[in-house]
Amino acid sequence: MSAEKEPIEGRAWVFGDNIDTDQLAPVPSYMNKEPEEGCKMCLQAVDPDFAASVGKGDVFVAGNNLGIGSSREQAPQYLKMLGIRAVLAKSFARIFYRNTLNYGLPALVCAEAGRINPGDEVRVDPLAGTVENLTTGETLEAEPLPEHLLTMIADGGLLAHLEKKLTPGK
Amino acid sequence: MLPPTPMTLSEKIIARAAGKDSVKPGGIVTCAVDLAMMHDSSGPRRAGKMLDQLGVAPWDTSKIVIVTDHYVNDPDPGSVKTQEITRQWVADKKIGNFYPEQGICHVVLPEKGHLKPGMFCVGADSHSTTGGAFGAFMIGVGATEMTGVLATGEIWVRVPETLRVSVSGTLSDGVAAKDLILKLCGDIGIMGANYMVVEYGGAAVRAMSVDERMTLTNMAAELGAKTGIIAADETTAEMLAAAGAGDVDINAWQGDEDAPVARTIDIDGPVLGPQVAAPTSPENAAEVAEHAGMSLGQAYIGACTGAKLEDLRMAARVVRGRKIAANTRFFVAPASILIHEAAAVDGTLKILEDAGATILPTGCGGCIGLGPARLDEDMTGISTTNRNFVGRAGPESSKLYLASAYTVAAAAITGEITDPRELLARGVGK
Repeated sequence: MSAEKEPIEGRAWVFGDNIDTDQLAPVPSYMNKEPEEGCKMCLQAVDPDFAASVGKGDVFVAGNNLGIGSSREQAPQYLKMLGIRAVLAKSFARIFYRNTLNYGLPALVCAEAGRINPGDEVRVDPLAGTVENLTTGETLEAEPLPEHLLTMIADGGLLAHLEKKLTPGK
Repeated sequence: MLPPTPMTLSEKIIARAAGKDSVKPGGIVTCAVDLAMMHDSSGPRRAGKMLDQLGVAPWDTSKIVIVTDHYVNDPDPGSVKTQEITRQWVADKKIGNFYPEQGICHVVLPEKGHLKPGMFCVGADSHSTTGGAFGAFMIGVGATEMTGVLATGEIWVRVPETLRVSVSGTLSDGVAAKDLILKLCGDIGIMGANYMVVEYGGAAVRAMSVDERMTLTNMAAELGAKTGIIAADETTAEMLAAAGAGDVDINAWQGDEDAPVARTIDIDGPVLGPQVAAPTSPENAAEVAEHAGMSLGQAYIGACTGAKLEDLRMAARVVRGRKIAANTRFFVAPASILIHEAAAVDGTLKILEDAGATILPTGCGGCIGLGPARLDEDMTGISTTNRNFVGRAGPESSKLYLASAYTVAAAAITGEITDPRELLARGVGK
């Protein structure tokens, strides 16, 4: 079993409802800019410290309708580049949800995401669908991801998964 | 033996495509794709390029349909290049189902007989939901997702909950499917059907032409839905037979009456009046009277949503024998070449032109701020399109109202937002 199928442990970054793709990936962040530069503008309008402070292995937590707006794939791409390893939300906008999984990030629907505070240490188990809040000692329920999606995520996303599956010698 | 689980039409199609006896909302299954549609923006230049980078061939070229509609009739070097990339990829991969500049993909697809009830389809465009008007389950996806479909012929889906919209009676004269969908946008908001499939039914929907039904499924996207669907009936079968779709089994693809749904909305068809959605969201929908008198610089009848033959005929009924207002320019871009031809044969185009309309070549055009119908700086327009977000149809300073073809045509005549029923009631030319 690869590392990504095992629980992800990290610090929680907590946001509210309706975080949209313009906030996650503002248009100027990808117009004539490489993603390595663009990702520094991720959520600048909401939390100017986020991009600089988020650490590798951290967990992104949001309220309802995370990722509403356009189908631009930079939104999950930036989160992943910045170090986020799991995304929890009370609910997702559907195209962002798929784009996130396709980019190799576990996206879990967690109705109780509101019980996580900024900076809490959390352990997310995408297979079991549980979120342990190590800071408060609570265990929250999330909707588990099926095995085949976890395999895709472990491979690094849809394209990497397809490459492995379809062109194994490459 | 247990009785079969009652399922909605969408659940039946997903179960069939997933090779299962039944599926339930919330479950995640992998489906075999019956048809994958792309256009010149999402297709060869993006999904095609990623597929080539993977180094694999398309899974089944007979199930791929490519339509150019976004960057057509545009001298911009980037647009010209996109057309070249598209044609080259189509030629290299020997894609037989290629419709260059024949119309907008969501309209061309059924026109050419590619859709049938019970099919499971994907399209690399958010308004791919339109295909649901034919009793097919069709969803919009991003370019990476489409690459996966092209490579494998499969896609995973989360089985959506169903929002059932039932419309009683018939719509009154001067009121169209567009008014119905705008009313829904206003009532439940642009995320009101998030994750869900919107299943439209009831006497008023059954009484609608296929053109009108397509408006409802097209704008399921503006309700945040995964897709929209309408079970096929004789009206669908007749249209599909004429389009050369072959045998259509409408009875095999009906939902079970007793299938559980997450939410039901009942709308009283006869009391619905014309709606307009104010800038900058389709959910800003209100009765036309609330915005009556708003002065407009442009009226546009176009897009997959609002330039089908029936939309053009609605507009012709309103403008017949009249002239457009001096302050308003009036563009009509038929949604396909076939619609353009039919509207020429039956006299619809002549009526529109006599009133002062400029007929534009088919394509996405003004809906995405391209071509002659692009709104100017600070201009306020009204159109039959689907979205009026900031910067969608012109510069950020432009403003757009959304309405039916009746209401847009009435605005072209008076130069301001007008209840089209006032003009229809006065009779031809008065």
